Amino acid sequence: MVNERSSFSLGARAPRSSSCEIEPILAVSTLSLWYGKQQALRGVTLSFPVCRATAVIGPSGCGKSTLIRSLNRMNDLVPHLRIEGQILFHGQDIYARDADPVEIRRRIGMVFQKPNPFPKSIYENVAFGLRVNGLKDHLDDRVESALRRAALWDEVKDHLRKKSGFDLSGGQQQRLCLARALAVEPEVLLMDEPCSALDPVATAKIEDLIQELKVEMTIVIVTHNMQQAARVSDDTAFLLLGDLIEFAPTEQLFTRPSDPRTEAYITGKFG
Amino acid sequence: MEEKTTRSAFVKDLHALESEVLELGRSVAAAIREGLRILEARDEAGACALIAGDAAINEKRYQIEEHCLRLLATQQPMAGDLRRVTAVLHIASDLERMGDQAEGIGKIVVLLGTAPLIKPLIDIPKLTGIVLEMLDAAMGAFSQSDGERARAIAARDDEADRLHNVIDQDLFHLMVGDPSKITQATYLMWVSHNLERIADLVTNVCEQVVFVSTGSIEELNVRRTCDTKPRD
Amino acid sequence: MRHRRSARARRVTEVVAFSLFGAATVAGLFALGIILYYIISRGGGALSWEFLTTFPRKGMTAGGIYPALVGSLYLTAGAIVLALPLALGAAVFLVEYAREGPWVRAIRIGVNTLAGVPSIVFGLLGLALFVKALGIGVSVLAGSLTLGLLILPLLVRTAEEALRSVPRSFREGGLALGATRWRTIRAIVLPAALPGILTGIVLGLSRAIGETAPIMFTAAAFFTPQLPTSPLDEVMALPYHIFVMATESPNAWKTKDLQYGAVLVLVGLVLVLNLGAILLRAHARRRKVW
Repeated sequence: MVNERSSFSLGARAPRSSSCEIEPILAVSTLSLWYGKQQALRGVTLSFPVCRATAVIGPSGCGKSTLIRSLNRMNDLVPHLRIEGQILFHGQDIYARDADPVEIRRRIGMVFQKPNPFPKSIYENVAFGLRVNGLKDHLDDRVESALRRAALWDEVKDHLRKKSGFDLSGGQQQRLCLARALAVEPEVLLMDEPCSALDPVATAKIEDLIQELKVEMTIVIVTHNMQQAARVSDDTAFLLLGDLIEFAPTEQLFTRPSDPRTEAYITGKFG
Repeated sequence: MEEKTTRSAFVKDLHALESEVLELGRSVAAAIREGLRILEARDEAGACALIAGDAAINEKRYQIEEHCLRLLATQQPMAGDLRRVTAVLHIASDLERMGDQAEGIGKIVVLLGTAPLIKPLIDIPKLTGIVLEMLDAAMGAFSQSDGERARAIAARDDEADRLHNVIDQDLFHLMVGDPSKITQATYLMWVSHNLERIADLVTNVCEQVVFVSTGSIEELNVRRTCDTKPRD
Repeated sequence: MRHRRSARARRVTEVVAFSLFGAATVAGLFALGIILYYIISRGGGALSWEFLTTFPRKGMTAGGIYPALVGSLYLTAGAIVLALPLALGAAVFLVEYAREGPWVRAIRIGVNTLAGVPSIVFGLLGLALFVKALGIGVSVLAGSLTLGLLILPLLVRTAEEALRSVPRSFREGGLALGATRWRTIRAIVLPAALPGILTGIVLGLSRAIGETAPIMFTAAAFFTPQLPTSPLDEVMALPYHIFVMATESPNAWKTKDLQYGAVLVLVGLVLVLNLGAILLRAHARRRKVW
């Protein structure tokens, strides 16, 4: 849906099969960010490869959560925030004066660290995003499709309207949140430490899903679990104190990183 | 002096692994030296001891492999640490094979018996010297993760090859001249061959050291032509 | 040796403290019990279906409290209807939209101050503003408006508390799906806060139904021969009716039984409403899965 009132336009949504072009659709350009007087990001420049999973790793306080929350303007909720630089989605700065954060968040979805289903039925949880975005036709089919993509359909298909989102286990809740995000067919999926509240079995299921999903969308995953980053991602970015230290294919970053600080972090040897 | 760092138990474990590899290197070097000694002294009893001693070298190798496996499973080493551990697996295997070559020399000494040597031993001790120097240097390069030094050591393999060819030529001439010397000459050629094999294995070790140091896997001292003449 | 003594001393202190707390609780309940007994024993006799459904007769010495009961219900319902949208709007603004600053702090101080204003002041305000200045006259409307102002701070506070208790993650989840702020509030936050808001409404009802001063000058009449037909009519109200019977009716001593009956009905209503609020709150807490 193009907002005709503003000159800012993200362009028509590309059909699924051709959304995996070569050019990155999401990129960050000399992005700096301040919480009040505290600088959280220092001139980060990074392009997220399309149809691949990019992991963002780094110690606590390095800015990885700040970065990912800036990508879909969830940081707008934080008071006293200042941003310099650009975040380009399809070549347009999402922080431009006439940019519509609602439209951006529809096309860049997010899964949070702690599963946050709504206190509604499972069906309504998934349908909410669809209703909000005017995708009301074939609602049942869309809900089923989203739940299938999140590998949750078989577990909940008999209780769609009877069980609330909160009646599910932690791992199922997170997959419900994933289904909810997938229902609106985002082009980019941001995942902020999606498995840190889950047990190993639930974690493994989500990681398998990421492998399936990255074939058709861009995924950015923040994680403090390095083995997970190594398992799941194709490329990895290492942040330290707000700086981007290194960005390389995962296999390379974890076997022969070029920066000694990266080496120190991933081998777990902090002086 | 150990720098203070996190994962100190893991760091200590890695150092212990390194020490084990160096110890294995020393055992193998001792076996090679012993091989030359028993050859020069025609010491049959010593040869039997050398042959029996190979079991200890094998045992040490398996212990190192177990250690590596444990580290991989429990510590999830990454980057430089990961390269080091996988290199150790290779190096231990190469060292064990060097030990087998030394054992082979012991078996030849037994076969030679007490018959007088057909020619005085000059080049074989020389070759042994080169090989021992290479092995010692390679172990040093491993302990320092010195890729440059490793490359230099690997280049000496040519020297060893040349000397090996000279030995073979000499023994060949002897065989042609006097058929009764064929048996012993063949045995001595085997000794030379074993020593040259050890030099090749040291080159493998050097490749691993380069891998640990730079992260790239290269073949050192490649010779792909069908030219069998030694390079000079 | 010292260890044992202090352990015993600690136990004694605990027993004494809990006994005192228990006694305080019992004292409070005891007071309530005495009041209830007093009222029930004297007013119980007057209670009957007739009492609740007939008009007072013979100068209020006979008949029932029907018009006063209905009038109170009109006034209370009116107060809620008028105050609730305002209160919800204020609460949503304060919780969801306002950024902490001098303005917001001023609003909060205003609301808190309003809560402390004596009810007679509300009555006079209602008289001056609604009855006289706006020309509504003594009526249900004026009374409801005045009562509405009275319970406004209470409604704002409980609504605010209910909204704040909805976890931030719900809002984030809604926004991340491309919903606007208002859609998120409407479809997710408000429904989740509903039990808390309902509790606030019931508490507001129970407060409003018992207030006399605000309605004395703005709505209540000594006697109306029939029920009000429009919001601009005067109306009888239960608390005022009790006051009237006790002070102004010509044969005050003759209406004693009826007075107690009316008091019992009023107290009963308040108690039932408060109990309802408590049960609602407990039910909401049990249902709250986050």
